[in-house]
Amino acid sequence: MRFVLRGHEPRWLAPALVLGAVVLTYALTAGPIRAAGSNPVAAYQRYVIAPLTSFSSFGEVLLASTPLVFTGLAVAIAFRCGFWNIGADGQFIVGAIAATFFALNFPDLPGAVAIPLSLVAGALVGALWALVPALLRTRYRIDEVVTTLLLNPVALLLLQGLLNGPWRNPSSGFPESQTFASGYRFPHVIPGTRVDLGFAVALVIALGLWVVLSHTAVGLRMRAVGLSPNASRFNGIAVERTLLRSALVSGAVAGLGGVSQVCGLRGQLTTEISAGFGYTGIVVATLAALTAGGVVLVAVLLADVVVGSESAARVLQLPPQMGKVVTAVLLLTVVSLLVLRRYRIVLRHPSKAPTAPTAPDGDQRAAAPISAGGGR
Amino acid sequence: MSSPAPGAAAPAVELRGIRKSYGDLLVNDGVDLTLLPGEVHALLGENGAGKTTLMRILYGLTRPDGGEIAVRGRPVTITSPKDAIAHGIGMVTQHFALVKPMTVTENVVLSSVGLGRVDMAAARQHVADAAARLGLVIDPDAKVGGLSVGEQQRVEILKALYHDCRVLILDEPTAVLVPQDVDALFTSLRRLTAEGLGVLFISHKLHEVTTISSRVSVLRRGRIIDTVPTGDASPRQLAELMVGRPTMGVRRTDAPVRSDADLAVAAVAEPGAGDGSTETKAAETTAAGATEPVLVVHDLTVPGRGARPALDRVSLQVRAGEIVGVAGVSGNGQRELVDVLCGMTVPEAGTVHLLGRDVTGRQPQQLVRAGLGRIPEDRHGSVVDGLSVEQNLVLEDLERYRRGPFLDRRRIRSHAQALIDRFNIKAERTDPIGSLSGGNMQKVLLARVLARDPAAIVVAQPTRGLDVGAAEYVHRELLDRRAAGAAILLVSEDLEELLALADRLVVMYDGQLVGRLAASEATPARLGLLMAGEAA
Repeated sequence: MRFVLRGHEPRWLAPALVLGAVVLTYALTAGPIRAAGSNPVAAYQRYVIAPLTSFSSFGEVLLASTPLVFTGLAVAIAFRCGFWNIGADGQFIVGAIAATFFALNFPDLPGAVAIPLSLVAGALVGALWALVPALLRTRYRIDEVVTTLLLNPVALLLLQGLLNGPWRNPSSGFPESQTFASGYRFPHVIPGTRVDLGFAVALVIALGLWVVLSHTAVGLRMRAVGLSPNASRFNGIAVERTLLRSALVSGAVAGLGGVSQVCGLRGQLTTEISAGFGYTGIVVATLAALTAGGVVLVAVLLADVVVGSESAARVLQLPPQMGKVVTAVLLLTVVSLLVLRRYRIVLRHPSKAPTAPTAPDGDQRAAAPISAGGGR
Repeated sequence: MSSPAPGAAAPAVELRGIRKSYGDLLVNDGVDLTLLPGEVHALLGENGAGKTTLMRILYGLTRPDGGEIAVRGRPVTITSPKDAIAHGIGMVTQHFALVKPMTVTENVVLSSVGLGRVDMAAARQHVADAAARLGLVIDPDAKVGGLSVGEQQRVEILKALYHDCRVLILDEPTAVLVPQDVDALFTSLRRLTAEGLGVLFISHKLHEVTTISSRVSVLRRGRIIDTVPTGDASPRQLAELMVGRPTMGVRRTDAPVRSDADLAVAAVAEPGAGDGSTETKAAETTAAGATEPVLVVHDLTVPGRGARPALDRVSLQVRAGEIVGVAGVSGNGQRELVDVLCGMTVPEAGTVHLLGRDVTGRQPQQLVRAGLGRIPEDRHGSVVDGLSVEQNLVLEDLERYRRGPFLDRRRIRSHAQALIDRFNIKAERTDPIGSLSGGNMQKVLLARVLARDPAAIVVAQPTRGLDVGAAEYVHRELLDRRAAGAAILLVSEDLEELLALADRLVVMYDGQLVGRLAASEATPARLGLLMAGEAA
C-alpha cells in the first residue's frame, strides 16, 4: 500500500471523508460501548443521529455549537495571518468577565442598551487580552504561542478570584455570579428552541470573515502575510500592522464568545464558563482548514456528539465520558482521513513495480544485507 | 536509445524504462540510460525535464513507479541512499549536507560510524588518502564552516569517494563555483575518471558539458531525446535538442548578445531618453556616456554579522539606457546591496537616489511608486507561493485594484490575462504561483515589474535555475527595457550573462567594489581574478 500525491481533489471528497470518519468512528467505538453495557447501534444512533432528528434537539446542537463557532473563528482569523493565538480560552474568559461586570454593576439597563454594551465590552477586553502578546510579537519578536498560552491561566485565576471574592453569589454562597437581570439575557432567535442571539452573532461573524478573506484587499493582505511574511514585506504590505490587527480581531471574537455564553445559555458567570472552548476552537479551526464555513460545520458536528452524549447518558445509562471518547475518536479519524485530500492510496501498482522483478537477484541482495532495510 | 559502445566493459550503471509520476504529472517516462566506467556522462535538460528526479531515483531518494536499475550488469533494488552507497553510487547535490561546526574528517566519516568508539586517527588518514586521490589539497582537520563553497564541495565529493564509490552523481556542481574552482573540479574529475570512476554530470551550462563530458544524454519532458558523443554535437545542436526547437539569437554562449536590431533600437531610443547629442556614436558608448544617472548609490554601508561590514561604502551609478553588471561570488555583499535597493534593509550609512530623489531607507511601496522595478534573486521571497498568479500580479499595488474595501475582480482578471498573454506565461490566472516552474515564475515577476514601466530596474540572478528558452526570454526583455531607456542594475553570478548583457561591470568582493570595467575590457579570466579577491 502506498500513498500517491493527488493531482486534483474531487469536490465530493471532503464531505465523503467526513462521512467515512463517522463510519470508522462507529467501528472503533463499538467495542468500548458494548463493554459499557449498551448496544453500539442504539448508542451511535443516540450520539450522532438522534440530535439531528427533532427540531428542538437540533436547536440544542446549534446552542452547544455557539461557543465553538466563536473560538473556532477567532483561531482561524489569527492563524490565517500567521499569528498563533493559543489564548482564545483566556480571551473568552475575560470577555465573559467584562459582560458580567456590567451585568452586576448596572443590572437595570434595558436590553437595547445592555446587550450592545456587553458585546462591545467583551470584544474590547478580549482584544485587550490579545494586545499584549501581539505587541510583544510584533515589536520584540517574542513567540506568541508562549505568551498567549500563558495568559490563559492568568484569565482563569482572575475568574476564580472574582467568583470566590467580590462576585461570589450572596444567595447560594457558591463561587458563581448572581444570575443576570433580564436586560442582559440574549433573546432566543429561533422560536421553539433555546438558540439565542449569540448563535446569530457568530453566524454574522462567520459570514463577515468569509467576505473579508475572499473578497477584500484586507483579506488578501492577511492571507499573504500568513502564507509568507517575507514576500508580503517585499510587496509593501505592512506585515506587523496586519498581524497586530488580526490578533486584536481574533481576541475580540473570542471575547464575544465569552459574552454569548454568560448572556446566553448560562445567564451567569461560573468558574466552568469556558470548558476549554478556546482549545477546542483550535481543533475546530484546524479541521475546518481555517475557512469560515468549515468552522461552522465542524462546530456543529462536535456539538452534535456533545448533545448526543447527554441523551445517551440519560436514555442508555452510558457513562457521559463515553461521549468524550466518541468525540476524540471522531476527531482523530477526521484528521487522519483528511490526509487523503492530498494523497490517494494505491494498494498495488497496476504494472511492474520495482518490487516485482527482484526475485532473480536474491543472491546479490544477500551479499549486500544493508539494502534489506528498505521496509517495503 | 543509449547503448554501450561495442566491446566496452559492463556499464557502471544501467537504467531501463524508469518511470515516475507525481499525481498526474509524468516526470520520467521510460528513461533508458547507460553510464560506462571512466566516462563523464552529461545529463542535459530544461527545468522540469526530469533530470534531478532520475538521479534521485538512482540514489534511492525517490522511488520509481517502474523500471529497472542494473549496477555492473546486475539488477539491483535501491530504496534508500544506504542501498545506493552499498552499490557504489555517490551523489553530490546542489545543497550540501555538511555539518558546519565539524571538521572535514568528522563530516566524511559521519555517515559510516556505528555505535562505540571511532578510530579518528585512521579516519583522518583515510580522508587524507582520499583527498590525495582526488588530487586536491584539503586539510582534514579544518572546520567545514570556515571553508569556501568550492572546498565544501570537495568535502562532499570526498564523502562520496570515501564509500568506495564507482559512480558519482553531480547535480549542477558548478552552480556555486567561481571559474577557478570549476577548473579545479574538472581537473579532479578527469583524474578520477581515468581511474575508472563513472560520473553523471547534470548541468544547464552547455559549454561545461562540452568541456568535461564524453557523452551527452538530452532529457526532455521525462524522455531521453538522444544520447550522443560530445565531440559530435555543437552547443547549438545540444540546445536545440534540449528545448525541442531551434534557439533564437540570444544565447548565453554567444559573447555579444545584443543583435544589430537591438542596437538600432537602442540608438533610436537614446535621444528620447537623453539629450539627443550622441546619435551617431555606437550604442554602447551612448548608453554609458551622456545620459543622466537614474540610480545613484553613494557610500552605502550595511553592518555584517561579524566585524566586517556586509557592505562597505559602495558607490555606483546607473544611467538611463544602460545595464550595469555586478559580478561577484555569492556572499560578498550582493544580497545586502539588493536588499537595500529593494527597500528590505535600511542602510547604516550612505544614500540611494532615484531620478534625483533621495529614497534612502524607503519602504517597498514608496520605491515602486518612485519608479523602481525589483526582481531579487529569491523568487519565493518576492511572490506569495500560496496565492494565485493574478493575486501576486496585483499584490504590490493593491490600492489600484479595489473598489472600496472590495477587490475589483474584473480589473484584476483582465490585468492578469493581459500580462499572461503578453509575457507568454504558461499558467492559468488562478493557478497557485508556487506550482509554476522557475521560468514561468520569473516571467510573472518580470511581468509585474515591467507592467509599471519602471525608470530603474534592480535585478538579481534573473536566470538562475532557468532553462535556455526562459533565460533567453528574460535576457531579451531586459535588453528591450535597456533600449527603451531604463537604467538596469544586474547582479549575477553568471559571468556569461553579465558579459552578454552589461555595458559596464563592477565586481564585489568582501562588501566592497573592487573593480570597474567597461564591457570591452572584461574577460572571464579578469573577472574571475577580481571575484576571487586578486587584483586584476
